[in-house]
Amino acid sequence: MAEGIRDKVVILGMGCTKFGEQWEANSEDLAIESFNECLKDAKIEKKDVQAAWLGSHIDEVNIGKGGNFLGLTLHLPLIPITRTENFCASGTEAFRGAAYGVASGAYDIALALGVEKLKDTGYGGLPDSPAFGQMATMVMPNATAPGMFAQIASAYSAEHGVSMERIKEAMAHVSWKSHQNGLMNPRAHLRKAVTIEQIMGSPIIAYPLGLFDCCGVSDGSAAAIVTTPEIARKIKPNEDLVKVKALQISVSSGEEQMYTDWDGAGMLTTKMASKKAYEEAGITNPREEISMMEVHDCFSITELATMEDLGISAPGKATDDILDGFFDLDGQLPCQTDGGLKCFGHPIGASGLRMIYEMYSQLLRRWPEERLVKDPHIALTHNLGGVPNQNVCSIAIMGLD
Amino acid sequence: MVGIRSYGGYIPHYRMNRMVIFGSMGWINPANMLNAQGEKAVANFDEDSLTMAVAAAVDCVDGFDLSELGGVYFASTTAPYKERLNANLVAGALGTEETIRTADFAGGLKAGTTALLAAIDAVGAGNANDVVVAASDSRLGKMGSAQELMFGDGGAAFLVGDQDVIAEFKGAYSTGHDFVDHFRGAETKFDRQWEDRWIRDMGFGKFIPEAVAGLCEKCGVKASDFDKVIYPCYYGRARKNLNKKMGFEPDKVIDNLQAIVGDTGVAQSLVMLSKALQESKAGDKLLVISYGSGCDALYFEVTENIKNLAPRIGINGYLARKAELDSYTKYLAWRHMIPLETGLRGEEDHWTRWSLVWRKDKMILGMQGSRCKKCGTQQFPAQRVCVRPDCGALDEMELVYLSGMGGKIFTYTSDMLAASINPPALYGTVDINGGGRFVFDYTDCVLDDLAVGKPVDFSFRIKFYDKERDITNYFWKAVPVAGGVE
Repeated sequence: MAEGIRDKVVILGMGCTKFGEQWEANSEDLAIESFNECLKDAKIEKKDVQAAWLGSHIDEVNIGKGGNFLGLTLHLPLIPITRTENFCASGTEAFRGAAYGVASGAYDIALALGVEKLKDTGYGGLPDSPAFGQMATMVMPNATAPGMFAQIASAYSAEHGVSMERIKEAMAHVSWKSHQNGLMNPRAHLRKAVTIEQIMGSPIIAYPLGLFDCCGVSDGSAAAIVTTPEIARKIKPNEDLVKVKALQISVSSGEEQMYTDWDGAGMLTTKMASKKAYEEAGITNPREEISMMEVHDCFSITELATMEDLGISAPGKATDDILDGFFDLDGQLPCQTDGGLKCFGHPIGASGLRMIYEMYSQLLRRWPEERLVKDPHIALTHNLGGVPNQNVCSIAIMGLD
Repeated sequence: MVGIRSYGGYIPHYRMNRMVIFGSMGWINPANMLNAQGEKAVANFDEDSLTMAVAAAVDCVDGFDLSELGGVYFASTTAPYKERLNANLVAGALGTEETIRTADFAGGLKAGTTALLAAIDAVGAGNANDVVVAASDSRLGKMGSAQELMFGDGGAAFLVGDQDVIAEFKGAYSTGHDFVDHFRGAETKFDRQWEDRWIRDMGFGKFIPEAVAGLCEKCGVKASDFDKVIYPCYYGRARKNLNKKMGFEPDKVIDNLQAIVGDTGVAQSLVMLSKALQESKAGDKLLVISYGSGCDALYFEVTENIKNLAPRIGINGYLARKAELDSYTKYLAWRHMIPLETGLRGEEDHWTRWSLVWRKDKMILGMQGSRCKKCGTQQFPAQRVCVRPDCGALDEMELVYLSGMGGKIFTYTSDMLAASINPPALYGTVDINGGGRFVFDYTDCVLDDLAVGKPVDFSFRIKFYDKERDITNYFWKAVPVAGGVE
């Protein structure tokens, strides 16, 4: 019986650039910035990094394929570098690779770095790429991410008998809360308070999602250096340490897209990955035991549905929790404390690591008082890549030693 | 007995009041006011002559065993491909066997009836049986032209065989004249025509009577013997004069649908024939004449079998399903007549990989899926490993065509971000009746027509057009059923 990853890996250091429209920065600049912050935080030197995993998603407008980008940018000394691409879980996949590399005993210290430069396309939204292969071009709608995620709303409304008006109201609160949090964060992409009225009145992108229901498309990079608890204690003898409690991935089986049992109102992968992650981390009551979360709010409807998929909100009840302020910064389970994808931004390959960066920084009390979550112990991050009917979900759980 | 076993028809969903066109373009030629009467049928942005022919053919063969078909003939002067047999795409959409006769008929506007005659000849000679003939056109006139007002879009289809025929073929008479009234060169998009008076007097005025006289003499009948007379001629007064000249009672002459559809090119007399069959009774004698580069005159007699043919949607059914297209510029965009800004996103390249298309030919053209022999689960696309989580059988599939199944809306959205020449892009997940689900585009509808649980039919449409390489790709889309109950 596999033991899982719990308590076998410590996050030694992390770094994260400001996310946003970085017109003057190349991917190289972004990667160097997050790496240097990370290296400094980890209190090690470049030569101590024995292996690296590089997360990036859309290679066509970004850094190309393979791991070469990282070796050539940081001039790493001929070490193993593996590029991970698994949609929006690409960054968390890089982290998983590094963590597993350390946990297996193959390496003492490993690097995970995610980077994505999306703003060289010349248009808004994600780059149009044949994400699901050539055949999809021939038979599938010329769909966009908001269009695919928007469909959760119609299915959710039908499945749970919650009116579209109520869903719109809850979605607006989701985005409002993230703007409130992003406002306070100097590294966030969108730093502007918006009113519920502005959100509700924004132009429709894909029914029922309006402009403010969609996250920012950004450039950015984030990085983590991981090691064993033993080495971490040697390097940082008098500091709090953040340990990895669980890392899980779940990938669609095709039953969502082609079989007719799925209700379309949430993600089967998130249900599966969170169930396994709770087991791995020893969590029995996630609603009570988890202190804070960064979930994949690519669209406000995704965050809404995710709260049920994660078992935090009861089925059909996410709108109640959201509108009750349960996930606000001063609520019982603060969520998107850095602004989330919505406001911190979403350079795909970096996003998973950015979330871990925020949870790590919160656990180590590194933020100004006004942004801090009260007394956190256990943090969860969640990515959902692809589209609801064929996706990749990643869950990471970490906690103070 | 050789003849027509079944018929089908198709008129696209959108109709444009000709005054909408005149309102925008009348300034260039005020005399066009004379042509700006009534409305014309307009193919949707994702329709062309091929998709309309498929729609008519699907209507025509409904209830017939498609594996028994012996051929598919397609007639059009606006076919999407010069090289790549268009009839094979029609056959693929119908899901016929590949070991059949397929042919395209093009050139003059009489090509539609010529295809019908070719099918009749093949069946009569015993060389093929149950041949589908589908004709459709979507011709373009330049902005401000008379043709732009006169032309309409539509199609018709017939199943030609030697059993249970509903209209027996009694004879035909053909002429071929290099009379250039309308023409398009090989590289030309828009119709060009010579003077109306010449076309009216020396074209319709001479060739229609010539064909009628020829047929009557050949078959030993008189013009007055016919119960339904079909011939194209969009000059209203000339039509009246021709009726008088040839001895046709006006009430026996079938309406050319000029006021509600327009001139459908090669399909014109066949659209009229399809509509006439929808309204015929046993014993009716039908005279069908086509016009364009000469004439074909065909003589049919309706049999008792017409009572046994299940009702078709037909021209009458599609005429009743309609929506107004009130924007002339939208029409221009749909027909690729003006440069249109679809954003940089719309400029991303979408390749067509022909070897892939060939491997997945039946999935793309025929919407072929599979059914698990072990658990019975129907699925799309066809799988090798059963998608049902508690089955998962390997290679236990039988292939099934699903385009005729219809389905129900599972999810939907209306997407303003997706690059489209007809935004917003409407799409969503459809549960296919009998099992299986997939994400489809919705078409011939607006957001308000969509609701979870609402029934849809599948319709063969243009999936995307690759302007760079002049490739039209097709797949099936979902059309909400008018008045369908959730």
